[in-house]
Amino acid sequence: MTFSESYRDPELVTKTIQRIHKVTTQSWVIMEICGGQTHALMQHGFDELLPHAIELVHGPGCPVCVTPLELIDKGIAIAQQPDVIFTSYGDMLRVPGSEKDLFSVRAAGGKVKVVYSPIEALQIARNNPDKQVVFFAIGFETTAPANALSVIKAKELNLHNYSMLVSQVRVPPAIRAILSDPNNRVQGFLAAGHVCSVMGYHEYIPLAQKFHVPMAVTGFEPLDLALGILETVRALEKGTSEVVNAYPRGVIQDGNRSAQDIITQVYESCDQKWRGIGTIPDSGWKLNTGYADFDAENRFDVGKIHTRESEICISGLILQGRKKPFECPAFGTLCTPENPLGATMVSSEGTCAAYYRYHRGKK
Amino acid sequence: MDRHIQNDQSQVSFENASCPLPLHHHDHIVIGHGSGGRMTNELIKQVFLAHFKDPQLLLGNDFASLLPPECKQGMGRLSVSTDAHIVKPLFFPGGNIGKLSVSGTVNDVAMAGAIPLYLTASFIIEEGLSMQMLEKVVASMAETATQADITIIAGDTKVAEKGSVDQLFISTTGIGWIPEGRMINGQSAQDGDSIILSGTMGDHGIAVLAERGELGFSTTIESDVAPLNNMIETLLLAAPHTHVLRDPTRGGVATTLNEIAQQSRVNILLQESALPVKKQVQAACEMLGFDPLYIANEGKLLAFVPEAESVAALEAIRSHPLGNDAAIIGKVVPLEGEIPRVLMKTLIGGTRIIDTLSGELLPRIC
Repeated sequence: MTFSESYRDPELVTKTIQRIHKVTTQSWVIMEICGGQTHALMQHGFDELLPHAIELVHGPGCPVCVTPLELIDKGIAIAQQPDVIFTSYGDMLRVPGSEKDLFSVRAAGGKVKVVYSPIEALQIARNNPDKQVVFFAIGFETTAPANALSVIKAKELNLHNYSMLVSQVRVPPAIRAILSDPNNRVQGFLAAGHVCSVMGYHEYIPLAQKFHVPMAVTGFEPLDLALGILETVRALEKGTSEVVNAYPRGVIQDGNRSAQDIITQVYESCDQKWRGIGTIPDSGWKLNTGYADFDAENRFDVGKIHTRESEICISGLILQGRKKPFECPAFGTLCTPENPLGATMVSSEGTCAAYYRYHRGKK
Repeated sequence: MDRHIQNDQSQVSFENASCPLPLHHHDHIVIGHGSGGRMTNELIKQVFLAHFKDPQLLLGNDFASLLPPECKQGMGRLSVSTDAHIVKPLFFPGGNIGKLSVSGTVNDVAMAGAIPLYLTASFIIEEGLSMQMLEKVVASMAETATQADITIIAGDTKVAEKGSVDQLFISTTGIGWIPEGRMINGQSAQDGDSIILSGTMGDHGIAVLAERGELGFSTTIESDVAPLNNMIETLLLAAPHTHVLRDPTRGGVATTLNEIAQQSRVNILLQESALPVKKQVQAACEMLGFDPLYIANEGKLLAFVPEAESVAALEAIRSHPLGNDAAIIGKVVPLEGEIPRVLMKTLIGGTRIIDTLSGELLPRIC
């Protein structure tokens, strides 16, 4: 068994889940913030194995789901312009804008290209000096350093045909917003391991203390998830509001300083709109004045964007953990991954997509 | 119709969830329509089956099983299948479009339990393709045909203007003979059947993806593309009551099993711990956010055999050079409720649904 395989060892996971059963004496509501964890929990069938008293609710940590509609419409408008190569992480192609998605732009002849990293988009810009190459730079703190690095490199290379359409969001302000909501039910959090790999977890300590909620920095393998839940339940049972690092092999308290330096060099804090939720103060990053030339919103004039959203789905309530996908009348009927009504169904990290894929119709 | 609201909430609220209109992609073909998943099925139903209505088509197998006129009952039937092949790049580790175009159709014909006999091939060639490349492809087709013991008996060639096709497309049609008594098709899965997968999942898809050079890493994975008719004959000697055979190509093992579950109206229960995957494929999938269950194979088969014959069947497949890694990956269980499902017992003892591939496989963000 290799090092990474040991985090999938059924015996160790089962033992840890037994310990969760042992320490649980009452009902608790725990939110996993990260969409990747929502999927991992579903994928391994955790819902059947945990005590009934523990309710896991799924947080707004899916970068695709929370990217504002206006920006998607802007991306679509830019991608349709001649002499533009629009590059994006794969997930974003399926997200519906007000009228169409990037798949449709590509089918109609637009140059839309899936890339695996922003550095690849930069390479496309170098190889196509007569085209404007735009990268859709979305994501949480995890994607920020690599996205930032691409504009640092573009500046160094004096590359005038590369720009980014930025929707960069941060986890701690979202946790603050959830906990400040008067209808909040969440009592403990699994903090997203990979976000903390970059940023560390010192930002979470004052939040945990202010709102009296424990948090556990949690990884993504079955054993990581079981340990994160165990630590959170232990703290809840003890009545403490500490931040425990249950992912020490991936996270240190201060995070990755080099990555943070790159972020600081390129971005400045801004109020950020979250799709389905609204504008959360200081919850995003935009390119600072030194890199404003690389902001696609400055480079392309796409006119005024009129967005149209329908009211049919309940993704906001799902993102807050107040409703489950089963409770949406459209789930699995009107709304499927092929014909998504809401962003939570679109992304492979979205909660509705996770339920649809792993648990549809299961009780 | 849904009401529309302006998306300009000025304050944070989880109550005013706002969502976009559904996009149906009914006006234009998008790449997802060719994924082999649910979008492909919808396309087939809504466009093709609206106009082509032969009962053989409606059965949903990869082949048609026919009794030619003037032929007597008791002499077996014909198996006919056709398949168009596009692949980028034309040459990839372990194969090329030529080997693929012969193997793909031979396998579809053979999954009826047929002995493949004849193949036709039509070539759509882009102006400017190098003669040397075309010759290599054709030589590879001849070699694969010999390996599969079939004869290429007819062909057609068209050259298209530069830019109107991508290098070379090959479409092949195969004909085989189903000996009397063999009733192997997607409708025949039965409660209690053992499900055998003849080797590791996802080798072809990952090999092709890596060869495109877009992943930023290289692998030693080779495509598994190969004709499987010899393996099938070995299997049927050991397990003459085999109920279903199918090759899990586009959409992978997950999508193929869902098709069979629906055709036979049964549930399928897999064991995650039994699924054969090469470490390199698993690692590539984890990096990209793919699940090997959804990655294409071109030289693997799924066999549904009665439990009594399952050990003999597994040994027979493993004795074949292409089947060394074969494993029993699950079984057929009774349908619960109305909708046939594929379920999987996870490594840690939970259960989850294994759904059909939806549209195009997309790598995730982080």
